[in-house]
Amino acid sequence: MSSTLTDTPTSSTTHDHALKPETSNLGFMRPDHSKSVLIDWLTTVDHKKIGIMYGAIALFFLLIGGIEALIIRAQLAVPENDLVSAQRYNQLFTMHGTTMIFLAIMPLNAAFFNFLVPLQIGARDVAFPRLNSFSLWTFVAGALVLNFSWLMQAFSELGWFTASGPTAGMDDFVPGMGWFGYAPLTERQFTGAGTDFWILGLQILGIASLGAAMNFVATILNMRAPGMKMMRLPVFTWMTLVVSLLIIFAFPAITIALGQLMFDRMFDTNFFQVAEGGQPILWQHLFWIFGHPEVYILVLPAMGIVSEVLPTFSKKPLFGYPIVVFSGAVIGFLGFAVWSHHMFTTGLGKVATAAFSLLTMAIAVPTGVKIFNWIGTLWGGRVRFDAPMIFSIGFIWMFMMGGFSGIMHSAAPADAQQQDSYFVIAHFHYVAIGGILLASISGIYFWLPKIVGKMWTGNLSTWVAIFTTVGLNVTFFPMHFLGLIGMPRRTHTYLSGFGWDGYNMVCSIGAFILAFGVLLFVIDIILCMTKGKPAGNDPWDARTLEWATTSPPQHYNFGRTPIIPARDALWEHKHGPENRNINFEADDGHGIHMPSQSWMPVLASFGFAPLGLGLCLMQVGIPYMGYVAIAGLFTIALGIILWAVEGPGGYHLHPEEDKI
Amino acid sequence: MSDDAHNNDDGHHSLMVNNKKLLMWLFLGSDCMFFGTMISTHLIYRKLYPESYDPTSLFSLELTSFSTFILLMSSFLMALAVSAMHKGDIKSFRRNTIGVIFFGLIFLGCQVYEFTEFVHAGLTLSSGTFGSTFYMLTGTHGVHVAIGVFWLICMYFYSFTGKMDAHQSAVDVEIAGLYWHFVDIVWIIIFTAIYLIEFI
Repeated sequence: MSSTLTDTPTSSTTHDHALKPETSNLGFMRPDHSKSVLIDWLTTVDHKKIGIMYGAIALFFLLIGGIEALIIRAQLAVPENDLVSAQRYNQLFTMHGTTMIFLAIMPLNAAFFNFLVPLQIGARDVAFPRLNSFSLWTFVAGALVLNFSWLMQAFSELGWFTASGPTAGMDDFVPGMGWFGYAPLTERQFTGAGTDFWILGLQILGIASLGAAMNFVATILNMRAPGMKMMRLPVFTWMTLVVSLLIIFAFPAITIALGQLMFDRMFDTNFFQVAEGGQPILWQHLFWIFGHPEVYILVLPAMGIVSEVLPTFSKKPLFGYPIVVFSGAVIGFLGFAVWSHHMFTTGLGKVATAAFSLLTMAIAVPTGVKIFNWIGTLWGGRVRFDAPMIFSIGFIWMFMMGGFSGIMHSAAPADAQQQDSYFVIAHFHYVAIGGILLASISGIYFWLPKIVGKMWTGNLSTWVAIFTTVGLNVTFFPMHFLGLIGMPRRTHTYLSGFGWDGYNMVCSIGAFILAFGVLLFVIDIILCMTKGKPAGNDPWDARTLEWATTSPPQHYNFGRTPIIPARDALWEHKHGPENRNINFEADDGHGIHMPSQSWMPVLASFGFAPLGLGLCLMQVGIPYMGYVAIAGLFTIALGIILWAVEGPGGYHLHPEEDKI
Repeated sequence: MSDDAHNNDDGHHSLMVNNKKLLMWLFLGSDCMFFGTMISTHLIYRKLYPESYDPTSLFSLELTSFSTFILLMSSFLMALAVSAMHKGDIKSFRRNTIGVIFFGLIFLGCQVYEFTEFVHAGLTLSSGTFGSTFYMLTGTHGVHVAIGVFWLICMYFYSFTGKMDAHQSAVDVEIAGLYWHFVDIVWIIIFTAIYLIEFI
């Protein structure tokens, strides 16, 4: 074993006999070591490849959602604009919100979880590699169902298609009732097939998220390398654990709410039908019981990323690690107790309003603790201003801005003024862009050298930082004023003379500056992947275990299981006392047991597309779509049964000593 | 079911719990929230509209008590099946599993009969909020039972392949058992909060 873990030479790996595809219990050949790149990536169970696919798809949808936002801002740039119709405007903001939350940020977080968590805890892979593949492809199926609506809308606009059947006469095929889909607007009397695409799309995405979340809790709790105690876990892994638990306990509420809505629309139930006694307020409660934890599902991974970047570039341990972890857990816990602050204006009653107001303010405490701990980490450190650090510091400041306006919302009387105005838009975009996007960019710049093995070069990253931060502030800071002087959100246009014209123009210019920044970022990623220089294994002199592997990591991660002596294990190994070196478990002669790749999770996931699309298209009167949906259901069942029967398989690898 | 845990570990579990069992516990935690949401919906609407629908003449406590008893006994047989698999007694496992399947089917039959009766008596999915919440909740529970029955049928037939033994399969049967017991417990709550409560 070499004394340093880095810069080990790469050489070919020796394998034993089992390298040929082995047959599964079903008698099929397993798709291991396929020559075809397509088959290899489709059937992969490698958490790193799955993470990369999540990331690529997330960036794609970030651009789609961004384009939707730009059309919105172009429409609002001048008063009484008619670039898009009111209906199209509604569809754009609905799809912008839904896409950004479920198809951009959540999968981007999933990309980080997948790539990093097994490496950070010293594991071979996640606990359930095939379930991981199932989650990825089910997510793809959900994204497909949701965005298929645009295709239907295009057919409708071209005059090729008119809805008949249950939604006869309705020409809205893209969801247009807002990302939180308030009842009774979503009922059959008011909206067309767009709502069905939204329901089915989100339902499928929810299944994907639940599968992934359970997988990650099992992985983090059960697959840690020896010595990796809970309080030695990197903060990012801790936040993954908290987020996964939030998903497990928050998603059932939206699953049921969506199910009730689907029953209302398809089977004539009365959950939200006002005429029959249904209560639209129930939808709001169920939605926000999911929706508020969802906010933390989105932002806690960002906090995890920042908690990794700041110590690395300050050359100090994270200030107050236990309290940062504890604060993250408290934020997650309190996240379940504040949902009604989205509903202050619905007339909850004084006691409920006061209680939710207080609890919302209470969340500021652990958040503030984290911010002070991050500043404490910087304090007295040897700070290096590389790109990840620049974005992380940007995160602290911009996220804090979003937090400040959040605190203003927590006061119910103030919130009654700000409700449904542009002030709210300003608040959550400071959190979403200033917080989550900046932290994600920081994370990508930080880990890209590990993921692709190449270092980004030049100072394009500085320009990305300038354009995104300036664009973000120019776009969203004026919205605070716009909201306070009364501009309501979700209006497709406005009259001149309210004093909104100038602000709106500035916001729209800012949006294009921000978009240019994101475009530069994508270009920088592509440049890094094509022209980057080899990064080396540990370019940042970093602290956590993923940097102890090669760049990019071998598909088996660690040649031998590391034994973890301390928190910030790699840092201690490099710079700490002798007794804190990372040791490795002795070779037991069996080599590394690798899981086999499999078609079955892909098959099961694929079934969700016909199931979802069939049910949606049934609603617009296309014949035989019920059979398509049933075929989808059978495909899912078949995939799961074959998955169970085929057996996990697997083969052994014997990496050469110097590659460990 | 599948055997991913063995895929991937080095015989080492940080929590000393099998991965698959941990996953099932997490799923059951999620399922608690799932049923909790539906039961709350039912109880909220029941409280909002106390006079809207009186199901006491419709509900047959004798029938539902019988099916509840059957489901409880199926849980007992499930426990015996798990115990048999731990001992590697495959014959006893089969005997008890077929009992669970049989009892599960009786329960489902009672539910189908009950639903048919109710629909004939005029309670449908569209009957106010009571019909909606009642059918959705009990129907979702029925689907859970049906999935459990299907799962056990698969296991029953799988046991004839000779691939099941105490060492490898005890944990798989145990997980199916966890699921079955959970579905049983949920039914006891439903029986209390949806049926019995109407007769107070």
